[in-house]
Amino acid sequence: MTERHRIGDEDVAIEATLNGKPLKRHVKARQHLADFLRQELELTGTHLGCEHGICGACTILIDGHTARGCLTLAAQISGKSVDTIEGLSESGKLAELQKEFIARNAAQCGFCSSGMLLTAYELISSGETVSRAEIREVLSGNLCRCTGYHAIVDAVEAVSAKSAKASKGGRS
Amino acid sequence: MKARNFRYIRPASLTHAYRILADAGGDAVPVAGGQSLLAGLNMRLSAPKLLVDIGNLKELSGQSQSNGVVRLGALTRHSDLLRSDLVGKHLPLLIQAAPHIGHVAIRNRGTLGGSLAYADPAAELPACTVAMEATLILGSIAGEREVKAEDFFKGLFETDLRPGELIVAVKVPATPSGISVGFAELSRRHGDFALVGLAAVVAMQRDRIDKARLVYFGCADRAKVAKTISAAIAGLAVPLPDTSSFQAVIHQDLSPDDTPGLRADTRLHMATVLTRRVLNSLSERAAA
Amino acid sequence: MSAIAPSSTGIGARVPRLELKRLVSGHGRYIDDIKLPRMLHACFVRSPHPHAKIVSIDIEVAKQAPGVAAVLTAADINPKCEPFIGVALHRPGHRSAPQSLLAADRAVWQGQPVAVVVAESRAEAEDAAELVAIEWEPLPVVGDQMQAIAPGTPAIHPELPDNVAFDFSLERGQPAQAFAEADFVIEEELRFERQMAMTLEARGLIADFDPSEGSLTVIHAHQSPFQMQDVFSRHLHIPEHKVRVVAPDIGGAFGMKLNIHVDEIATVVASMVLGRPVKFCVDRLESFVSDAQARDHRIKCRIALKKTGEITAMEMDDISAVGAYGMPLRFNVAEGMMAITITGAPYSFENYKARTRSVYVNKNLIGMYRGVGMPLACIATELLTDLAADKLGIDTVEFKRRTYRPKSSLPCVTPGGQRLETVSFHECLEKLVALIDYDALREEQRDLRQRGVFRGLGIATFCEQTAYGPPYYGPSGAPISTQDGCTLRLEPSGSIRCITSLTDQGQGTLTGIAQIIASSVGVSIDQVSVVGGDSSISPYGGGAWASRGMAIGGEAALRAGTMLKQNILSLAGTITQNSAAALDITDGQVVNTQTGQTVISLADVGRIGYFRQDTLPPDHDVQLSVSASFVANDKLYYMANGVQASYVEVDCETGFIKVLGQWAVDDCGRVINPLLVDEQVRGGIVQGIGAVLYEECIYSEDANLLNGTMADYLVPMADEMPDIIVAHIETPEASTRLGAKGIGEAGLIGAMGSVWVAVNDALKPFGAKVLHQPFTPERVLDSLARARTSSRTPETAQQSAGR
Repeated sequence: MTERHRIGDEDVAIEATLNGKPLKRHVKARQHLADFLRQELELTGTHLGCEHGICGACTILIDGHTARGCLTLAAQISGKSVDTIEGLSESGKLAELQKEFIARNAAQCGFCSSGMLLTAYELISSGETVSRAEIREVLSGNLCRCTGYHAIVDAVEAVSAKSAKASKGGRS
Repeated sequence: MKARNFRYIRPASLTHAYRILADAGGDAVPVAGGQSLLAGLNMRLSAPKLLVDIGNLKELSGQSQSNGVVRLGALTRHSDLLRSDLVGKHLPLLIQAAPHIGHVAIRNRGTLGGSLAYADPAAELPACTVAMEATLILGSIAGEREVKAEDFFKGLFETDLRPGELIVAVKVPATPSGISVGFAELSRRHGDFALVGLAAVVAMQRDRIDKARLVYFGCADRAKVAKTISAAIAGLAVPLPDTSSFQAVIHQDLSPDDTPGLRADTRLHMATVLTRRVLNSLSERAAA
Repeated sequence: MSAIAPSSTGIGARVPRLELKRLVSGHGRYIDDIKLPRMLHACFVRSPHPHAKIVSIDIEVAKQAPGVAAVLTAADINPKCEPFIGVALHRPGHRSAPQSLLAADRAVWQGQPVAVVVAESRAEAEDAAELVAIEWEPLPVVGDQMQAIAPGTPAIHPELPDNVAFDFSLERGQPAQAFAEADFVIEEELRFERQMAMTLEARGLIADFDPSEGSLTVIHAHQSPFQMQDVFSRHLHIPEHKVRVVAPDIGGAFGMKLNIHVDEIATVVASMVLGRPVKFCVDRLESFVSDAQARDHRIKCRIALKKTGEITAMEMDDISAVGAYGMPLRFNVAEGMMAITITGAPYSFENYKARTRSVYVNKNLIGMYRGVGMPLACIATELLTDLAADKLGIDTVEFKRRTYRPKSSLPCVTPGGQRLETVSFHECLEKLVALIDYDALREEQRDLRQRGVFRGLGIATFCEQTAYGPPYYGPSGAPISTQDGCTLRLEPSGSIRCITSLTDQGQGTLTGIAQIIASSVGVSIDQVSVVGGDSSISPYGGGAWASRGMAIGGEAALRAGTMLKQNILSLAGTITQNSAAALDITDGQVVNTQTGQTVISLADVGRIGYFRQDTLPPDHDVQLSVSASFVANDKLYYMANGVQASYVEVDCETGFIKVLGQWAVDDCGRVINPLLVDEQVRGGIVQGIGAVLYEECIYSEDANLLNGTMADYLVPMADEMPDIIVAHIETPEASTRLGAKGIGEAGLIGAMGSVWVAVNDALKPFGAKVLHQPFTPERVLDSLARARTSSRTPETAQQSAGR
């Protein structure tokens, strides 16, 4: 094969916002976002469970909305903002959810938790109270093999009720 | 499951994208949402040399309406469909269908154009566009052309897209008030590909079916109008008491294969049941 | 059970897990998160054929690929490892061909590793793996157990006479006579497809062989570091004290990560060959063809009854397709053995006949997975007894009340050989009946049937062997220890550090240990840290499997805590010139039990004990660090029990099943932490529902896996699962101080039984039965179609159901 036809690990220049801070890097064309976060930036809180978009363990936020890190190329995030479990955790945005998860043991091995929390966070951010059925539907793209989901639904329901109450000015 | 090597380019404009695709020929594939493509790349199912990222092109974005036709840019994400006032007001079938597409994270990235170009026979949107008599606007370095959705889906994962061509937008006639729409799918778990699904656009005369346009997915090789069944139910009153009116002819429109864990005859039976249920749910809407 | 002072964070307290803050903020450290200097990545080339001869392997092009350090084949790897022979020495006739790490001249299962590429990155290793050129000659395939034992089918392994790994029968009383004299006999054939554990985190390890000193460290996502320390030492000929196995955070295990996987051992050999750390993390597609699998049984079962309602006999005949080899150490005859020995255990009858055969097929190995054979026993028992009650016209709960072994008959040994001592069948049943409002559900079921809505209610009782002791593995020859231990240390500043041999993959074992230490020493749980899973620093132990963490490791922690407390009080007494007998520890303070006054803080005890021994009498021997281990030498297991209920609705037009509600009443002895125990039960229940309704590995007739992706292998997700109510009865294990039995598998075992019974209950009006797991819509529809071709109408079926 001549040099012209051989494709190596090509670099692509990207500029993005990661966890609120500017990110300027060269990324390998074929590396998906989850691997970029984990391998290159050592943000290992985003996990790989299937690498074909089904299990949800790699869920991150792109421009504030959930997305699969394994179904996004690192190159595709140029011009966008990305939030991971680390950033959302440090900023305190997940504090209420994390508190309820811990209190109810809505995490066991913890491998699904990053993706689960981010999906729940997106749901809670709508500000409306959600029913258990709606919570189950929204979380239906995040596999948990340990908890059986009940405690997770309890935790999200509790936070949803609290934040809806708060947005109504504390009236019950 | 790491993808093979490829090059990546993000064209600055649609024209630029056309030129790259024309030059690269079969070595290049466009990527927008990537929800199907990247899964395949991770599984090493294909080996494109060049990925052309069209996911940010303004020319493919946005939703607008004029003269009773809603124009949806190819980059309209599935979640955009659910958030759009235009779609909510004028395209009720899509509002019913979109929540069944994968899961939230998939819907946030996956695009209308991508779904139609991929033409998975188990997918919701190809069936919906055919049911709603949509028209696709296709573009390439040679210019634009329009193809009716019912002519666009040619076979299993096969469309009328020519080499170097992209879906630019989809024009969908607004569903007139008085037309009923129905949508349902049977899937093992929420968000899974449908075992059988039905998108229906039906003109009713009180409780009678006047003219039905039924498009199945999950049990047909491509999105197409089920002409025999649609004709068999014309004139019938809903709710249908049973499936005798179309049960005998359903196999003329649908001939699924045996698949692991689901035989063709079972799938046909499920399609028959689903048809009755969708049609009977129409009566509620027409009466309401 | 001895009295232990109650505390808000000790034994019995509902405290959240200590690890969760870390795990829910993205700070878990799982195997793929860990990097070592100069670490390489392995990728295996696997057989695409279930059975094929390797004609040639060409690795020359692969070796030249970018980033590749080595491409190793059987010739490089196998000589460095003693082959595995997965037979249990105490099971006469149990046989297996020896298993080497990589296939040499022949592959006998699809996915069997043939070569390993080691490269700078996983991506580059995968690129190079594609360049390994293998010429295959497909051979005839033995696809399932019936074919395996059919006359004329050749043995997969020429060194074995046939494909039978093990054939075991037992008989008690006079079963033939009992069946002959029975008023009713109910007989059914049950099928269980193969399934996966499907941990969210796939398997993985980093093998780090240091050639300068011939030592091996393996960071291993494995439930039993000590087992693997032994395996690596024994099979790779490394002195045991030079082997260290450390478990990182693990993303789910469920028994699957307990097995011996040859690709993991081969990774270690690769590290030895290269003298550098090598990481191998299984990817998802790979996991389908390489993880140890579970189930794959065909069971004929029957029950004999008198019209008085007395059970007079049961019979089980099991054939299990265990894959191409016996699973080393964790013998895959276990599922069949447990299925036949535990069937019927809760019920009074004395005549029993059973047989289990494990047979070889050209598939991946069956290994340990949650519940092992106990779910099969539960299903056979509960289905047959429910059908029996129906036949007799007795309500199923009433039938159980009458036919359970009464408390007065305990302790006893069941016809299958189960020792029942502190079980609580009746108590659990009554609590469950009240919890679900049984009569109301039955009435609702009746009403809805009139309206063409078919719901089913299934009640399932189960026994669960937990916390196996030395008699279980000892005679088998498997070097698996059933003891556990911990080292406990008072830190100079007064807090407590515990190093336990237990491991934790999310169950919360380490928090349970902390609670036990908190209670037994007299501190709050915030004063305790627990680490586990390092074979070089803790007492020898078993790790996590068979629901043993609290029962055994907890008992060891209780011992150590008690010992440490005594030593602290002895020192405190010397320092403060009190008699140690007059002192106690409460909330981290040493107090005078008479006056309640604090005499000295633990911090001061620690400071003096470690830094100011010069102030102590010469003969006071300070021992502020203790070690204790525990195992009951003669105890085969602790028997726990429970009962569950499922309320389901079957859409008889589409065959779809929805679980509307699930309830469990469980008796796992003393509950250390109700929060963690309830969640273990819930998680197990959903795995159980998954098994009955969704999960199967679908193979072609010639053993090609057809559904090897997460889109096609269905695990339960949140939208299809019910809310789950859990309650407890606590009948403490009598032989230990702690009184805990195990809980890890109970949820799965009972749920599989209750869902099987519930679905079949829903279909009783049609005279239809679904007996082939998982109950896919097609299997449900087919069973309804079969029933329609028989003469029974829904009306007559309903009449004979007696409801």
